[in-house]
Amino acid sequence: MPAPLMQLEGVSRTFGNNLALNRVDLDVYPGEVHCLLGDNGAGKSTLIKIMSGVLTPTLGTVRFNGEPVTFRSPRDAQAYGIGTVHQDVGTIPLISVSRNFFLGNEPTTGWGPLRRLDHASANRIALEQIRGMGIRRVNDADQLVGTMSGGERQALAIARAIYFGAKLLILDEPTAALGVKESKIVIDLIAKARDDGIALVFITHNATHALQVGDRFTVLIQGRTAANFLRGEKTREEVLNLMAGGEEFEAAGHGD
Amino acid sequence: MAAMEQTLEPTAPPRANPLERLLQIAWIGPAFAAVIIYIFFVIVGGSSGFFTVAGTAGWMNTAAELGIIAIPIGLLMISGEFDLSTGSVVGASAIIVALGSGFYGLPVAYTIALALTLGVGVGCFNAFLVNSTKLPSFIVTLATNFILAGTSLGLSRLISGSSNVSFKDGGWAEPILASKWNYFNVSVLWWIAAAALAAWVLRQTRFGNWILATGGNADAARRAGVPVSRVKLILFIWTAVSASFVGIMSATMYNQGNAAQGQGYVFQTAIAAVIGGVLLQGGFGSVTGIVFGCIIYGIVSLGLFYTGWPTDWLQTFIGALLVLAVLTNNLIRNAALSRGRKS
Repeated sequence: MPAPLMQLEGVSRTFGNNLALNRVDLDVYPGEVHCLLGDNGAGKSTLIKIMSGVLTPTLGTVRFNGEPVTFRSPRDAQAYGIGTVHQDVGTIPLISVSRNFFLGNEPTTGWGPLRRLDHASANRIALEQIRGMGIRRVNDADQLVGTMSGGERQALAIARAIYFGAKLLILDEPTAALGVKESKIVIDLIAKARDDGIALVFITHNATHALQVGDRFTVLIQGRTAANFLRGEKTREEVLNLMAGGEEFEAAGHGD
Repeated sequence: MAAMEQTLEPTAPPRANPLERLLQIAWIGPAFAAVIIYIFFVIVGGSSGFFTVAGTAGWMNTAAELGIIAIPIGLLMISGEFDLSTGSVVGASAIIVALGSGFYGLPVAYTIALALTLGVGVGCFNAFLVNSTKLPSFIVTLATNFILAGTSLGLSRLISGSSNVSFKDGGWAEPILASKWNYFNVSVLWWIAAAALAAWVLRQTRFGNWILATGGNADAARRAGVPVSRVKLILFIWTAVSASFVGIMSATMYNQGNAAQGQGYVFQTAIAAVIGGVLLQGGFGSVTGIVFGCIIYGIVSLGLFYTGWPTDWLQTFIGALLVLAVLTNNLIRNAALSRGRKS
């Protein structure tokens, strides 16, 4: 068992009198998918905001590679190799695949006033990376991102984060807005990134998606860790039950 | 596992057919429209001199003076903002040069520098208000336009007793700002230079990518590390300095400055950009398109004169073109986004 890449130890966060997170522990390992499950308001967003440097914990320690760290900003967290892919992905529909891929990190060639975008290598790399994610339908780096499906845009965002050095990838409800087929593309991508040794945090409402790809599971209820288990330790019904707050829950037809 | 492989494989990679490919070029619409409109006026107004050197120079000069401002306006609109203060900047810059060098007899270099500084100042002011208040630039720059128009009129009248000040000797500025060749004003060359610079910036530089991204989705751009506020600041300054330049050029060319001049540019520049294929919502457009937008504006304003019809109808014509352009832009945008969507 390798050492965890990121560890949260007894992390709490308050907003005024409201305790959003209450002494939560979380370990994220390279080459593993850690699924973060829970109902709305369970504290998932607060937790990922702490992991991605948007918020700082009120109490508790965040360790990266064993060292205690304090992220002052999302940029700070990015510098450690923490990439976040938001639900809305953050791609720009009216510019091309390669312009999106390199946005903010555009490669240039030439010198002084003649310094210009290196379209040739940008196009080549962007296309390579996206096709490497298994998205074969994209065959032109000049294609506008608006012509791509939701799943393909997720793939673009994930490929981009990994290419720019993400060792830990936080995926915030990546399948929430997608249909069955598109969700499958994203789930396959998650599995692929895990096989490449990336540490992933996968936030979802959907127990089926979580169980398909998750290695380690944390269920949050009202800011507390309600359960922490490994793949195979709990059945789908038990997981659904936990997510519903521990009450009796009719599993059939729910959660997917 | 076999099913998983299947979804990853391409069904059939969509290849764009030649027509779709053509539609994806942002400036194809305005270019096509410019040719049609040109042919129309050659047929209707050709006999009275539209299709002569003088006629050609006429519409080109109009397009050039408009274009020097419309090109940066277009970039600003691509970044998702408006600037309606250019009209006053033109007037204020013209009156600064005329008052300073014509009335007070200050060196031309000094007053030109002063006018350009005003441009930088107005750009900073607009950008500061837009960036810090998040108010729509439409209203912010409209306010700037009124404040500056009133101030230059008031000050001009206070100082010289008139809103119109003559400026006889441009000195070294004459040849570079006011020379003519065969009816063609030197402004045509400045316009070409402005277009070449803007096209280079938009297509070939990182800053150009940031302009497109800022207008396309400012939040996503910010998250990717694009300095969105700085992009807008630079574009507001670029626009205002270009307006300043046109004011200086006009004072030198016509040997006078008028504090009230230039208000036509307020809407004409935005119209030329939209006719040139810039999306009103931002995020899409091309410099070549804007150049064709200016050409269309120039051809229509001069061409109508040559047809012998009453020029009262000019605005009607431009208005109709604008509606057509907005509709076409939306169509082209949707076509550009639809490729491969359905599969």
